[in-house]
Amino acid sequence: MADGRREPTSKYTLDRGMPGAFEGETVTRRRFMTLTVHGAGAIAVSAFALPALGFAAGSALFDRPPVEWEAVGPPTDFPNDTYIPRVVTIIRGIGQVGKTTVYVRARNPDVDAPPNPRGYDEQFIAVSTRCMHLGCPVRYVDAAKRFICPCHGGVYDFEGMVSGGPPVRPLDRFYTRVRNGQVELGPRYSVNSEFRRFPSYRDPAQDLDGIGQYLYPGRFSTPKMD
Amino acid sequence: MKLPLPPLPAALQPKPKRPGEAERVKPLDQAKEAGIATLDWVDERTSLSGAARWTMFRKVPRGTNWFYTLGSATLFAFLSQAVTGVFLAMYYDPSVTHAYESARHITNDVFLGEFVRGMHKWGSTVMVILVCLHMARTFFFGAYKYPRELNWLIGVVLLILTFVMSFTGYLLPFDQRSYWATVVGVNINGTGPLVGPFLSDFLRGGAEFGSTTLSRFYAIHMLLLPGAIIALIGAHLYLVARLGTTAPPWLKAESGEGLREERT
Repeated sequence: MADGRREPTSKYTLDRGMPGAFEGETVTRRRFMTLTVHGAGAIAVSAFALPALGFAAGSALFDRPPVEWEAVGPPTDFPNDTYIPRVVTIIRGIGQVGKTTVYVRARNPDVDAPPNPRGYDEQFIAVSTRCMHLGCPVRYVDAAKRFICPCHGGVYDFEGMVSGGPPVRPLDRFYTRVRNGQVELGPRYSVNSEFRRFPSYRDPAQDLDGIGQYLYPGRFSTPKMD
Repeated sequence: MKLPLPPLPAALQPKPKRPGEAERVKPLDQAKEAGIATLDWVDERTSLSGAARWTMFRKVPRGTNWFYTLGSATLFAFLSQAVTGVFLAMYYDPSVTHAYESARHITNDVFLGEFVRGMHKWGSTVMVILVCLHMARTFFFGAYKYPRELNWLIGVVLLILTFVMSFTGYLLPFDQRSYWATVVGVNINGTGPLVGPFLSDFLRGGAEFGSTTLSRFYAIHMLLLPGAIIALIGAHLYLVARLGTTAPPWLKAESGEGLREERT
């Protein structure tokens, strides 16, 4: 072609002069067989690879743990000016590893903000010991009325608000309720620096103020609470 | 001065060889022959000797020095980790309730257990150091340049896999230090925007650090990463054999008469 244009090719293999072409066919048998074999291979691989991937990631990302409440003692056990440590089980069946310490006290109207307007009236405050820097265990020092983290020097005030060091948000909390004369602790939830509740609790080091709440999305597996 | 031998009776004197009689085959020669025959049998069916010669007998540039052994040193550190790791797995139990106890059992009760576990523990640090030295050698000698960029890329992936290996292996003794270090490490992964939370859930096998976390780390450490590392080491070594090694940068290129002629 002198002008660089190509003649429109025929859709029939015979017209295109392909070896082994038959009349009326638009794709050669060799090409058809190649595509069929590749397609069958792809189906066979995805038949084991996709379920395996789903198996590895699915329950980790989508499983919704059951909501469980654990009694930690009668309401009279908990004053409103200091914390009482209680050990609760967050994963069953794995012994010591599934337990964590929670600091519990009664709501103190002089310190705490009014209860969550969405109607979940909590008379007790249960503060998680998981440091919001990188997850080390904090301990409550009564003399200083502070939570102190041993790893990287995070410090929180009486309410659990960050008062020093690297943590990015206040300490997590647990839902509380009173049943049968016992204070019971429910699932964990996160709060941002205005103590707004995030029922899908985030991992430590994930900021929940401003853009942070969108950069660190919650889990699909959050139990419905309020 | 050589003294004459005492006269021997005719029956004890060594008999001269008869003409036409073949020499007696010694056992050493027989063994050699058998070995060669076996290798020939394999080679006739695989043609592996050419590949072996291509891999082993390569020309190396002038100036090759001890710095060029860092890659082999890393390979040997990996082999040592692989061997000790396989044998540690014979005694180790990756369940949350028994992991610490089985690690303690290896160290305190099993014959040579402390030694083999120590080899694996300190060997991992040695491997990381050697990988970094090997990478520094490649960088400062300019050995990452054309045509070896792909080998540099494979090496970077191997470096990352080595770090992931160290990270997943650190949890397995399941003492206080490894538990909290892994909590911190997984939470650092979680700080990645958007994907971070899902990545740390994937690593933990859920929202909380539990029994699935340990078995997951064990499977990654034992099966997934070693396979990937072995495959990539194969590709890395193939490219080394294919492209050859570089001369050290302080060596000037030779300017012979023939070279100058070719340039014009």
